[in-house]
Amino acid sequence: METLLAILIGGLFGSAVYMMLRRSIIKLIIGLIFLSHACNLLIFTIGGLVRGKAPIIDEGQTGFSNMVADPLPQALVLTAIVIGFGVIAFTIVLIEQVYQTVGAGDTDELKASDKTI
Amino acid sequence: MINELIIAPVAFPLIMALITLALWKYRNIQEIVSVVGAIIYFVLCFQLLNYVLNNGIQAVHMGSWDAPFGISFVADTFSALMILVTGLMALVVIVYSISSMRRPKQLCDMEQKQFQYAYYPLLYFMFVGISGAFLTGDIFNLYVWFEVMLIASFSLLSLGGKKLQMEGTFKYVTINLISSAFFLVGVGLLYGVAGTLNMAHLAQILPTIENQNIVTLIAVLFILCFGVKAAVFPLFFWLPASYHTPPVSVSAVFAGMLTKVGVYSLIRVFTLLFTGHLEFTHTILLWIGGFTMVVGVLGAAAQYDMRRILSIHIVSQIGYMIMGLALFTPLAIAGAIFYLLHNIIVKTNLFLISGMVHRIKGTYNIRNMGGLVNSYPFVAVLFLASGLALAGLPPLSGFWSKFFVVKAAIDIKHYFIAVVALMVGLLTLFSMIKIWNEAFWKKMPNEKCDSKKDVNFLSKGNIFMIIPVVGLLAITVLIGFFPETLFTIAERAAEELLDKSQYINAVLGGSL
Repeated sequence: METLLAILIGGLFGSAVYMMLRRSIIKLIIGLIFLSHACNLLIFTIGGLVRGKAPIIDEGQTGFSNMVADPLPQALVLTAIVIGFGVIAFTIVLIEQVYQTVGAGDTDELKASDKTI
Repeated sequence: MINELIIAPVAFPLIMALITLALWKYRNIQEIVSVVGAIIYFVLCFQLLNYVLNNGIQAVHMGSWDAPFGISFVADTFSALMILVTGLMALVVIVYSISSMRRPKQLCDMEQKQFQYAYYPLLYFMFVGISGAFLTGDIFNLYVWFEVMLIASFSLLSLGGKKLQMEGTFKYVTINLISSAFFLVGVGLLYGVAGTLNMAHLAQILPTIENQNIVTLIAVLFILCFGVKAAVFPLFFWLPASYHTPPVSVSAVFAGMLTKVGVYSLIRVFTLLFTGHLEFTHTILLWIGGFTMVVGVLGAAAQYDMRRILSIHIVSQIGYMIMGLALFTPLAIAGAIFYLLHNIIVKTNLFLISGMVHRIKGTYNIRNMGGLVNSYPFVAVLFLASGLALAGLPPLSGFWSKFFVVKAAIDIKHYFIAVVALMVGLLTLFSMIKIWNEAFWKKMPNEKCDSKKDVNFLSKGNIFMIIPVVGLLAITVLIGFFPETLFTIAERAAEELLDKSQYINAVLGGSL
């Protein structure tokens, strides 16, 4: 399972970089979304994959008797997803505004702020 | 008492942001409340430094969950110093905004009125993020505060919605999101190898890990992500593309604070966490520092927009701080901290002065300016003193900060980087003299429009632009004449950074 997820994460990172290097600003957004998904999956995988062992202490017990899933990476991923969602939502609105003010969806056209006067 | 004091620099601006947001329909009241709030914020920040200086490193744990399980907030001397200067910047910029964000109407920074109400709340939200980043003792929590700071800065940067601004914001947002992704990957890997996220606990565990190569790999990821935020050499191109586009008070606070949060984080993680493989990581940092200095200062030579010259100079100055960190001696780290504080004050001040010049001339292009030394000798003196402080002429604060860093380099026989640092200082002087010659000293290029275009700057409406600039300049001069006070504190901060056990003991206590 780890190997499969590792390949998936690598694929996501690769396609994120590919998408971000395209000139269309829409594809750039898609690239950013892939990037945040790849990061979330990476944290999730690196915390160790344990199936079907919830980190809940049974009634009458005082501790875990055998191995359980680590809840912390899940909490981290949850936080990262929420933050990523907010930021991506903002970015999509920004892209829309950029498109309206600049009138182009091509990153090559966005050179005005780099020009030397 | 101390618990409230550590939380206050984060909680207070949050409360202020909500109050100012509630007052968005009443601009005059919103302004007054903002200024009063900024004064209280500054006092709170000062109290925190005072307490930390008297009582050593302080830590609180959220929800009474002891470290390393709860999220810790830690105030050591370095954090408290940064918090103090954050409070100062908040006060200065908010007072300056009263004048710069309104009248005279034709020169108002923000044409669309409907955007103005969001300005003060967003500023306060950004200060929440900055203070949180300085105070947190948990590496994932640092990521969260970075995002709080970033989302507020994205909105501030695009506030107003001009074409240039939107383009600048677009670049800024994209690069920062990528760097945040690297940060997240770094944090994830760190948790994978160490099983904790508390920085003090990490500092304990990381040296005991068998496979030190993976720790070094993570260190490089952190150089990458904080390097983007701090705008170091190969990663800085977003900065000169975006910092000159927003209203000038926003530029000023960005120039002063945001990149420095990146530098703070670099200093924090490379003194506390990644010290196992010094000859590798800190050699990379030394090279980065050198290139950052040189490339930044050369990039500025080609520019003729006042704010763009100053923006690219931020990059150059960051190089000195990275160099101080890379040399890794007590004097070098103290010098880097001293440099950090000096640079925040002087750089913000220069941007604020460029706002004054813009108010007078209606442009940032120094080719179209001239004669300011005759029409406004007062503004000319303010600029000259700040510019010379940035270039590092004695007896201003820049001289001492450069002196400490260069002396540290010579002490451990890194002559080459010392020579580079001195040459860059000379070139900085060249850029400042260029602005001085073009904007202040030379005659107006077109004599006819000279008297017509100048706005009467010393009118009543602009008084709040002058007070903060004079105040910051006074601080620069004071640091210049009495550097020992600040340097003693910076030395103490450096000593705490290099002796990890103090930090670890303060956070973990005797529990682990």
